Amino acid sequence: MGLGIETRHRIARRAALEISYGMIVNLGIGIPTLVADYIENDLHIMLHTENGILGMGGSPEAGSEDGNLSNAGGYPVSIHPGASYFDSATAFGIIRKGLLDVTILGALEVSERGDIANWIVPGKRVPGMGGAIDLAQKAKKVIILMNHTDKYGNPKIVRNCSLPLTVKEGADMIITEKAVFHCEDGKLVLREIMSPYTLEDVIQTTGASIVVDEHISVFQ
Amino acid sequence: MAKGVDKQITLESASAYFRNGMSLMVGGFGGVGAPPTLVNLILEKNINDIFLISNDTGFPWIGPGKLITEKRVKKLIASHIGSNPEAGKQMQEGSLEVQFVPQGTLAEKIRAGGMGLGGILVDVGLGTVVEVNKEKVSVNNKEYMIEPALIADVSIVYAKKADRYGNLIYDKSARNTNPLVATAGQITIAEVEEIVPVGSLDPEEIVTPGVFIDYIIQSKGVDWKWVWELKQGTGSQEGQPSK
Repeated sequence: MGLGIETRHRIARRAALEISYGMIVNLGIGIPTLVADYIENDLHIMLHTENGILGMGGSPEAGSEDGNLSNAGGYPVSIHPGASYFDSATAFGIIRKGLLDVTILGALEVSERGDIANWIVPGKRVPGMGGAIDLAQKAKKVIILMNHTDKYGNPKIVRNCSLPLTVKEGADMIITEKAVFHCEDGKLVLREIMSPYTLEDVIQTTGASIVVDEHISVFQ
Repeated sequence: MAKGVDKQITLESASAYFRNGMSLMVGGFGGVGAPPTLVNLILEKNINDIFLISNDTGFPWIGPGKLITEKRVKKLIASHIGSNPEAGKQMQEGSLEVQFVPQGTLAEKIRAGGMGLGGILVDVGLGTVVEVNKEKVSVNNKEYMIEPALIADVSIVYAKKADRYGNLIYDKSARNTNPLVATAGQITIAEVEEIVPVGSLDPEEIVTPGVFIDYIIQSKGVDWKWVWELKQGTGSQEGQPSK
């Protein structure tokens, strides 16, 4: 992944601020999974998972795992009061009907209009889209958490995605180790810089046109 | 011919329903909830050239992933193969034909097949490669793709509990695609952990009505628990279990 654990957690901590009382939330694998650590219990969030749980809780204590109770990645989880189990068609009905308030996903590329590419690198990595297209197209708010650049230092926020799309104009927010962007009316608005980066760092390593918000702030 | 009220058969009898070249639908999600005893039976009986329909290809040694690893599958419809590198390798080599379908659309195509529908109208994937070669239709001024329903020669599923009529109850998130797959086979065989007499299940708690189920077999136990035990341990993430 390239990012240190502290940086990954800072991104997750920032993303958690987007979650408010009673929301239905789906977290993707990788950094998005860490967001659960920063959601306060008294917000009564219902975590949704594609394999058929609403009201998923955290990892159970070692020794008390249940082989028949896991998240979409196959890892053991617990449930919160009010949780329900259902089949995969219902799990995706919840998504398609627009009942998810927020989905938090990783990405390979995001364009300045909010196009997301996150499921295929043709000829190299072809894992299949899983539920990514359903989630990115249908959740009310789509937040992308990712490295600001790829392992070669190339921008991942670009004018136009070069990889096949997951969704057109689907992203609402992008949070990287360097900055927080909002996708608004086809424009990429820079609202926050992640400490210790500077505006210059962000502009130099972003491959898209940026609108810098006049009230730009720093996230510690 | 009526199927009767006692659908429990032996594993040996169940093997008669698996044939080379069959289309096979397998329940489960990431291997969890896939029927391990039936998958092993298909391997033991040397069934080949399978057209597999499954949410995913599990892990190389868990769930339907085993069928891929042992090169029994020639064509696959799935939403994801990322946790099974062997599937990706065979796809790149050209020995495995793969058609990807968004996960929710795949579930609904299977559900439609099981519910006797011709297909579904869906907009998930419009504007992406998903829409290539898809027939489209406008309903209430919204554009949809027509996604044909899926059925299979044989469906295999896992259930936690069943009565001998084949009424099925699942367990927590091991339910996943099983209730859908259970309805979409020309023949459906359920692998069950606990088989009880007819009349001992509360009709209110039954998830899949036994009318969809042709046969049930006694499970020899599930093997997916170590998916995450392996990943948490120091051993290989993808390798064959050492135990």
